[in-house]
Amino acid sequence: MSLTGFEVEVERAPGTGLATEEMTLNMGPQHPSTHGVLRFVVKADGEVMIQAIPDVGYLHRSIEKISEKVGYHGFMPYTDRVDYVAAMFCNQGWGMVCEKLGGIEVPKRGEYCRVIAAEFNRIASHLLSVGTMVLDIGAATPFFHAFREREKINDLLEELCGARLTYNYMRIGGVAWDLPPEFAEKCLHFLAGLEPMMAEYNDLITVNKLYLERCADVAVISAAEAINYNLVGPNLRASGVKYDVRRDLPYSVYPELEFDVPIGRGEEGTTGDSFDRYICRIREIQESIKILRQCFKQIPDGPVIAKVPRKFKPPAGDAYVRVESARGDMGWYAVSDGTEFPYRCKIRTGSFAAMAIIDNVSRGLMLADLVTVIASLDIVAPEVDR
Amino acid sequence: MDAAAIHQRLKARFGDQVGDCDLQGHDPAIRVVPAAIADVSRFLRDESDLRFDSLSNETGVDYKARNAIEVVYHLYSYKHRHAIVLKVDAVRDNPLVPTVEHVWKAANWLEREIYDLLGVTFEGHTDLRRLLMPEDWVGYPLRKDFVEPEMYHGISTRRESLLK
Repeated sequence: MSLTGFEVEVERAPGTGLATEEMTLNMGPQHPSTHGVLRFVVKADGEVMIQAIPDVGYLHRSIEKISEKVGYHGFMPYTDRVDYVAAMFCNQGWGMVCEKLGGIEVPKRGEYCRVIAAEFNRIASHLLSVGTMVLDIGAATPFFHAFREREKINDLLEELCGARLTYNYMRIGGVAWDLPPEFAEKCLHFLAGLEPMMAEYNDLITVNKLYLERCADVAVISAAEAINYNLVGPNLRASGVKYDVRRDLPYSVYPELEFDVPIGRGEEGTTGDSFDRYICRIREIQESIKILRQCFKQIPDGPVIAKVPRKFKPPAGDAYVRVESARGDMGWYAVSDGTEFPYRCKIRTGSFAAMAIIDNVSRGLMLADLVTVIASLDIVAPEVDR
Repeated sequence: MDAAAIHQRLKARFGDQVGDCDLQGHDPAIRVVPAAIADVSRFLRDESDLRFDSLSNETGVDYKARNAIEVVYHLYSYKHRHAIVLKVDAVRDNPLVPTVEHVWKAANWLEREIYDLLGVTFEGHTDLRRLLMPEDWVGYPLRKDFVEPEMYHGISTRRESLLK
């Protein structure tokens, strides 16, 4: 019997061994595998997670509020900071929504320059994504392979626009600069080298048994659930939904380009598991290589930017555009009140939805699988917080 | 299905609770009375010829001049590949809008963000907490009359210009 009244009675049902109790753990806000500053409150029973609650906002830089103060042209460099891993798409999204508001048409060569820059950025972003995913799971070598190739893309994009990550390359109405001399040759040379590298990369990890065991059947997301939570991009396609903004709501010059949309097929387990999300990105790199080759073949001569007044004042109204970013369907909503400052800008990003679904998919997984989930959903924390 | 036809369908079912359809704008938008938004959403999701299975975006805009906070819903149907925009006006002094969280799970975080930055209360939301700002933050930063406090927990929010 109790002597003080404060002893904890641990219940031990006969024959079931030790009793367990729920514990609450803190992961982050600065944890190497959280891909930016973000925090999880993990409720776990032993090594099994009961729930992982994401706590975001550490990287909130009020980018949407800034847009209301700096004007349409002035906001372009800020868009780079929304997703600094794939900044070209943010440039393009802002450019496109302003062009829709102002009724501006981008010259053909400008559109091709945009697609070339964006597809290179997609390859770079996917290389970072799969590289860090493998690193998070515990293999260091493939990470260096991926980053070596990514460095070369950074070099090419630096030659194009002077910056390695925060490009500020696009403008309302086109792009800032035409392709530099001999750029196409350098790019084609790089692409010729990247394809065999992808084969080597696949040999290293895609068929690696240890890697497959960690990814297959982990955090399965069904197609209905993915749509309900509004997952986009490779995360959605991995669940078997064949949807790509470039193909289904085409913009820019994508209708003139031929490419496939890879979807998850459950090759190593169930459709929509972590492996499917990984393999979708690998295949999208190959599709981007295809697109880039066609672009360099088809790019016409001409101006790269339309005439846009320095004091750009689009007529009052609102517009929403979708861009297929490396992290999927990125929505840009802008409201104009007829002045030279945007009235409101809202950026709906792919990582935002991916972060919101973690609470749900993490239930019942092993604690060590949480890093697989974060990495396979390709979450970039600044994109969530903006 | 095009916007005019979707508007017809909604008018036939909900009558006065559904307002005009703006076909002149860049994206066709239908006005809805705040109290009806959850029912309209469920109708748009469940009818087989509409099937708006995804909420692409939900956001708020502060129109101070007409004393309203407009909540904007961008819907998309993966099945029929069509899109529509819904707009709801909430009274600025006490903005109350029923949640659509039980229609689309994506609304959970999107509505938390609107609550956080614009101060719209979503009735029936299961977890209406601040999302991006600190929990003890006072005010709603995306409102047009928001004034940044000078101090936050003893930290000044003012910076001297570096160009002096």
